[in-house]
Amino acid sequence: MEVQLIKIEKRNDVSRSIYFLTPVLAIFLTLFGGGIIFYILGFNPIEALKFFFITPISDLYGLSELLVKATPLCLIAIGLSFCFKSNNWNIGAEGQLIFGGIVGGGVALLFYNHDGFYVLPIIILSGAIGGMLFAMIPAILKTYFNTNEILVSLMLVYVAKLLLDYLVVGPWSNPEGFNFPETRQFSESARMPILFGGLRIHAGIFITLITVFLSWLILYKTYLGFQIKVSGLSLKTAKYAGYKGKTMIIIVFMISGACAGLAGVGEITGPIGQLHRNISPDYGFTAIIVAFLGRLNPVGIIFASLIVALTYLGAETAQIFLQVPKYTGQVFQGMILFFLLGSDYLLFFKIKFLGLKKNEL
Amino acid sequence: MSFDLNFIGILIGAIMASSVPLILAASGELITERSGVLNLGVEGMMIIGAISGFALMVVTDNLFFAVVGSMLSGLILSFIFGLLTQSLLTNHVATGLALTIFGIGMSAMIGKNFVGIPGKEFPLLFLDLKESIPFLGPIFFGHSIILYFAFGLPFLTNYFLKKTKTGLIIRAVGDSPTSASNQGINVTLVRYSCILYGGAMCGLAGAYLSLIYTPQWIENMTGGRGWIALALVVFATWSPIKVLIGALIFGGITILQLHMQAVGLRIPVQLLSALPYIMTIIVLVVISRDSRKIKLNTPTSLGQIFYKEK
Repeated sequence: MEVQLIKIEKRNDVSRSIYFLTPVLAIFLTLFGGGIIFYILGFNPIEALKFFFITPISDLYGLSELLVKATPLCLIAIGLSFCFKSNNWNIGAEGQLIFGGIVGGGVALLFYNHDGFYVLPIIILSGAIGGMLFAMIPAILKTYFNTNEILVSLMLVYVAKLLLDYLVVGPWSNPEGFNFPETRQFSESARMPILFGGLRIHAGIFITLITVFLSWLILYKTYLGFQIKVSGLSLKTAKYAGYKGKTMIIIVFMISGACAGLAGVGEITGPIGQLHRNISPDYGFTAIIVAFLGRLNPVGIIFASLIVALTYLGAETAQIFLQVPKYTGQVFQGMILFFLLGSDYLLFFKIKFLGLKKNEL
Repeated sequence: MSFDLNFIGILIGAIMASSVPLILAASGELITERSGVLNLGVEGMMIIGAISGFALMVVTDNLFFAVVGSMLSGLILSFIFGLLTQSLLTNHVATGLALTIFGIGMSAMIGKNFVGIPGKEFPLLFLDLKESIPFLGPIFFGHSIILYFAFGLPFLTNYFLKKTKTGLIIRAVGDSPTSASNQGINVTLVRYSCILYGGAMCGLAGAYLSLIYTPQWIENMTGGRGWIALALVVFATWSPIKVLIGALIFGGITILQLHMQAVGLRIPVQLLSALPYIMTIIVLVVISRDSRKIKLNTPTSLGQIFYKEK
């Protein structure tokens, strides 16, 4: 006789508490999965996870580093949430970050022997505009030529990387730099102010926090935010309501591009201080995970960015203490997204454990 | 004159070789997409195939195991994708991205101990014919068996999709899963199979890179080829023969820019390297402009989640 132990039922409405609890479940499952991977690699899983997730933030310097990494991640993810909420798949934030960095860095190099309070704001603004313009390419191609935005935004990442490479090797390389692939150091007034002496945490965190607040305002308190959400839920409804679909696609791409550009400029004027080949350890791609983990919600994204930033730090620590490559961080990031998406199943379905009753046996 | 002709023959042979990973990955993804599933994890499955193939070659010293193992590893990764999108009904785009991020990270983790190890020579067929026949020799002979397989694959795929019952079922599932399901077809099973097949082909494409094309392991060695393969499927408007043509065009651009770099033209190397990516965008724009043509060929349910009430 066949006995059914588990019964799966469709939920009638999505439970609010489960909606925000599944990310926590995903994080625990990732820790578990990570432990298994470390065990296979021949490490004591508990010890390895401790090196990965606790050692990096056990002192003040570590906490500051956590915020340094979370600052760009949170900023980019906030921008992406506008795109993802309205079903626009901008996955080229990495390219927009780099292009923003290039434009901002170019302006910073123009002012390399200038001092003045106006220098930094101009650089920041130009970086944001750079990212915005770069993001408009896939948006315009999507709206007017029906081109797939996923592929175009991604191809542009490679273009931006190669452009940066060309500039730092060629025309923008430091004239006194012995042909190293890097530009001059930016002047003092082109750098983000450091918040605490001896730590790397910089004023870019305020840009991120202000952006989070503004996006909350736009998403939940304005007509534009309402339009974005409606078109995400049903394109047909949005059309019926007469929303200008094309304009909105371009606007959400502009917002997310500007955020990525700001993140890029924050990196080069903050921790880096010049342009070189690797101005971003794939923040633009990782921010996609942050956006999902934070449920495309501004507050959720703040928490998610801290957790994902920890995987960067953990990978660095594990590289030193366990000699595993820094890419281990990416394995964890991929796993978080797997488990998060998988546990979304619980949002729409109830799993009932029926157990065995005596009369059934 | 015969020397020049021979050089052109060698050039065409090189273009064919560089298009092989694109043909394999795009043909696999084409079957997956025809069943209505959009798997953006091509890049991740390719890179995992590349490292597994190379690692197995080093460890077992057996190229057959290496090739089969690379296909298996692509298949395993695509199984994760299948499990999530088909059984747990997750969003195809997000899951595919996670697969790529995970695959790149995992490949670097496994590949750590294989950096700098020289590859093994992969047997090339008909080498004597390649030398003895000018022009046609370097085009048709002296390639690996995988290249011959890759160039036959689009025709096989075309026949399979158009003339066989299984092919018809796959297209039916991709165009209307609900009607297919009502006809008694197990949509989930068909889609699982197509996902796994696509994964195996992407794994093979990766192995071609690490075992034959540039026989060594380099981190991130797929360099966006997986994404170009995805673009190729759109470019081909889901037709296998056009995948072959598209892959040859991209192979041509790759070889052309390498030669232009070698000749030392006064064009920045980076601009030449960016050519394949820029061309992809331009080609996508040209193809997609006619939205009717795209709509006519796109599997209607592409990327949509199918759930059958039990």
